[in-house]
Amino acid sequence: MSLETIAGVEIALNEEGFVIDPNQWNEDVAVELARREGIDPLTDRHWEVIRFMRHEYETKGSGPSVRILGKTSGVSIKELYQLFPKGPAKLAAKIAGIPKPRGCI
Amino acid sequence: MDDTISKVSIIISKGSLEGIYPGLIMANGARAEGIEANLFFTFFGLDAIHAKRLAHIKVAAVGNPGMHMASLIGVLPGMSAIATRMMEKKMEAFDIPGIPEFMEMIADTGCGMYACKASADLFGFTKEDFIEQVQDIITVGEFYEKAAGGEIIFT
Repeated sequence: MSLETIAGVEIALNEEGFVIDPNQWNEDVAVELARREGIDPLTDRHWEVIRFMRHEYETKGSGPSVRILGKTSGVSIKELYQLFPKGPAKLAAKIAGIPKPRGCI
Repeated sequence: MDDTISKVSIIISKGSLEGIYPGLIMANGARAEGIEANLFFTFFGLDAIHAKRLAHIKVAAVGNPGMHMASLIGVLPGMSAIATRMMEKKMEAFDIPGIPEFMEMIADTGCGMYACKASADLFGFTKEDFIEQVQDIITVGEFYEKAAGGEIIFT
């Protein structure tokens, strides 16, 4: 675990850089986290995925896999990989301030 | 030292359900982690990309100790189909897509898909026999060129 100041908020991150407490997250934090992952700026399509991830986490307790994301978020798998080249579910979860989804598919 | 994997090339050489899925899951999983991935289909593994065959991939009901069933029963007509249906039902419940959908999905992740030239020649297949996601039929030498700088996994 490490404590870092991101967009003016002191946030605890795990070894992989995921926000530990999703309640500490806000949109400015997302912008900064995205920049660290080489995604700058965040477009409306990025936000659509990020908000969807937050919503899924808040209602189901975990973020969706890439397959579910492609089927339910309104963004195709092809586009998801264009938006988040280093792994859509993983990266979008990281930027959305929720834990890394653990599915294999 | 950088101890992360940045690229994998996965060879699928078997044509049974249990021979094909592990490679597909590993390729898809690699892309999900942001790892560059290639799939190379050789020998009976070509069935996984054969347009008329990929929807009919079966579990091996004979000579497969993992089935926990006497091979003598496995040889009965329809056993393979029954075992396959049972397996597919179970997989769907765990959110594992069928092979045709999985292939499309994996191609959409940006994973490379190639057929082995020696095997395609042997079985008399051309690019038209394969699903559109297959980028090319390549030689073993070309495979090594594409795999350069990464890990190679044979299944």
